[in-house]
Amino acid sequence: METLNYLMDGFSVALTPTNLLLALIGSFLGTLIGALPGLGPANGVAILIPLAFTLGLPPESALIMLTAVYAGAMYGGRISSILLNIPGDEPAMMTCLDGYPMAQQGKAAEALTISAVASFIGSIVATIGLIILAPVLADFALHFGAAEYFALFVLAFATLGGITGKNPVKTIVAAALGLMMSTIGIDISTGQPRYTFNTLELFEGIDFIIAIVGLFAISELLFFIEKHMGEGESMVKMNKLTISIKEVIAVLPTSLRCGVVGFIAGVLPGAGASLGSFLSYTVEKRILGSKNRFGEGDPRGVAAPEAGNNGAANGALVPMLTLGIPGSGTTAVLLAMLVSLNITPGPMMFQQHADIVWGVIAALLVGNVLLLLLNIPMIGIFVKLLSVPPKYLMPIVTLVAIVGIYSISHSPFDLYFMVAFGVLGYILRKTEIPLVPVILGLLLGPEMEKNLRHAMTLSDGDWSVLWGTPLAIGIWAVAILGLVLPYIVGPVLRKRMQRS
Amino acid sequence: MKKTIPMAWLAATTLTFAAGSALAFEPHGKVDCIAPSDPGGGWDFTCRSVGRLLEQQDIVPASVQTTNMAGAGGGVAFAHTISKRSTDDQLIVAASTATTTRLAQKQFPGMSADMVKWVAALGADYGIIAVGKDSPYNSLNDLIAAIKKDPRSVSFAGGSATGGWDHLKVLQTAEAAGVDKIKRIKYLSFNNGGEAITQILGGHITAFTGDISESVGFIESGDLKVLAVLSDERLPEPLDNIPTAREQGVDTVGANWRGFYMPGKVSDDSYQWWVKTMDQLYATDAWKSVMKQNGLMPFHLSGQEFSDYVHQQIKDISTLSKEIGLTK
Repeated sequence: METLNYLMDGFSVALTPTNLLLALIGSFLGTLIGALPGLGPANGVAILIPLAFTLGLPPESALIMLTAVYAGAMYGGRISSILLNIPGDEPAMMTCLDGYPMAQQGKAAEALTISAVASFIGSIVATIGLIILAPVLADFALHFGAAEYFALFVLAFATLGGITGKNPVKTIVAAALGLMMSTIGIDISTGQPRYTFNTLELFEGIDFIIAIVGLFAISELLFFIEKHMGEGESMVKMNKLTISIKEVIAVLPTSLRCGVVGFIAGVLPGAGASLGSFLSYTVEKRILGSKNRFGEGDPRGVAAPEAGNNGAANGALVPMLTLGIPGSGTTAVLLAMLVSLNITPGPMMFQQHADIVWGVIAALLVGNVLLLLLNIPMIGIFVKLLSVPPKYLMPIVTLVAIVGIYSISHSPFDLYFMVAFGVLGYILRKTEIPLVPVILGLLLGPEMEKNLRHAMTLSDGDWSVLWGTPLAIGIWAVAILGLVLPYIVGPVLRKRMQRS
Repeated sequence: MKKTIPMAWLAATTLTFAAGSALAFEPHGKVDCIAPSDPGGGWDFTCRSVGRLLEQQDIVPASVQTTNMAGAGGGVAFAHTISKRSTDDQLIVAASTATTTRLAQKQFPGMSADMVKWVAALGADYGIIAVGKDSPYNSLNDLIAAIKKDPRSVSFAGGSATGGWDHLKVLQTAEAAGVDKIKRIKYLSFNNGGEAITQILGGHITAFTGDISESVGFIESGDLKVLAVLSDERLPEPLDNIPTAREQGVDTVGANWRGFYMPGKVSDDSYQWWVKTMDQLYATDAWKSVMKQNGLMPFHLSGQEFSDYVHQQIKDISTLSKEIGLTK
């Protein structure tokens, strides 16, 4: 009851005309920023902080605008995933897998609509979760020590077969390649440089934005050059938007489930939206079993990661608001903003700054409604972009990729590196080695290694610590099930289907 | 008489030079501040808040633009400054103890501190050593005694890499307290202070090493029990009930300063202008309130004095790093 009162107070803050307008501006800018590869939500929010200061906004208004930018960026990431096969930001990576095939089949508008609705549902599910569970979940997250985190990352890899199941050996090769590349840089546990060849740019390891843009976008460009040599029709077929309410309803269960999965992933500090969208996709693929056509343009394959990453984005606000711990780069920026507004984040925030916290939560709900209203009519505009012939579009895509990557550290080295990853991506795709495990290895490798080594340091080298708590054992059990189950259940199901 | 004439002459020329230098350099148009990190970090904050005040106080004629140049823990920005902008007198780059640590441990290959000009430090964040509220340790000496008995029995968590600033503070403190095998002390590295604190709260790790600003919320809520703050004197209210390490007989100070360097080949005029400007800025009430809001404590050095401090710090860290076998 008290919670409801707080929420109502929050709405009374979020719904003033000025704040509503700011939320609208934030949503729009956020969508644009999210759609541009390289310009992730973290940068988007950071770029707009000075705007908030220049306008002289009071704390709650500034936060409402920036929260809207954050939510908007999570929506925007899907646009370039679907239309160009370039993830607008990391978490939108999984949306490429089915979104781009849908676009190639002339269903770009459907994919964009479904993903907008899924984003909305994921976000709403997670916001409700945030309202109800924030205090409880903050305590639960404390139970995760090094061993539990390590088991969680093993779980992520164990479910990898779910997305790229055709050839397990190739999946393993791809994941191993990613994990190997993730060891480049200063080893945080000993401070020693590994595989850096005394090259400054390699000391901090490989920036995965560079890897993602290279592997996906540049390799796409290489394929395009090979196929068309400058001529040819549009890469993506254009159709009129002919989506029925029925099709949207068909993805509702997927969106709801994935919103929950994403939210849980988001709550864990450090896990983040990328893990959220990845877990959502694999879990949903498992749940749907033989009924899915994931990877070939299944609408549910678009809905799952979008609901997942929006769920995770809001889930990441739980550790930020309850513990002052950023679960992602973007929440780190929001946290910095809070600090500069004279609000000390930490376990006392719900008590000391209830108005701000609930204002942000109400702003999330309002922002999501605005985003849905904003995104559906805008789909026509996005799809129109596709009528641009590829010979103009591809250079633009390349330009966007180059500008985005260069803006990270203004270093030509990153550009060479991006092209190298493009060539690698081209070779991998030619040999049918899946790209997603490579990225996942690169993304999760450092965290997985860190937690394993922490566990070993704490136990003085005793491996049994890895399954020393009930929570850890539980996660291991799920991981083993995730790995083994498909090989047992799969054949049984197939037999049954043959019989019937 | 003979002696005073040259003195007067000298004074006169210095005056002329001083007056001259005030006119010789004034920034024109846009000033650039490089934050060598992604948005949201400490360096980003340093650039953005100083930039905002320089604009508001009309110290610079036009705007101050913050450019984020992440990579290699500041190394990309350092390399960029000395190679491509070495004479750009409208450029300042945010720096902190993390910069000197990396320089000391030779993590910027082929680069050293004397390739840039160190302008000023505008505040510091002091180190703390803390434990969870239910911990059996109640003073720094309790913890030190446990380490002396068995160095593997206590574990530390912090937000910097092994050999980084949070780790060094533990080593410094242990060394000052007379622990002989500092290399054996367990240190676990996390992405940021917050992540490390959750591990303490969850009871997975014994003690937290970090800076006061990242722990204030947890200190207020009573979740963290601070055993010692690594400052010269007690911190201002409301943190004045935290004992310093010195009071407990462990003579060590860990100040994580925030400040700036400039390209190495800028004219002395422009360097002096920036030193003077930072002195001016530090004295304003606006900056004091920014410091207060962000948990920064008074700490100001500029010009030659700051440059000497930086070089000494690099020497100290370098010695300590060799001792624990991190560098040769």
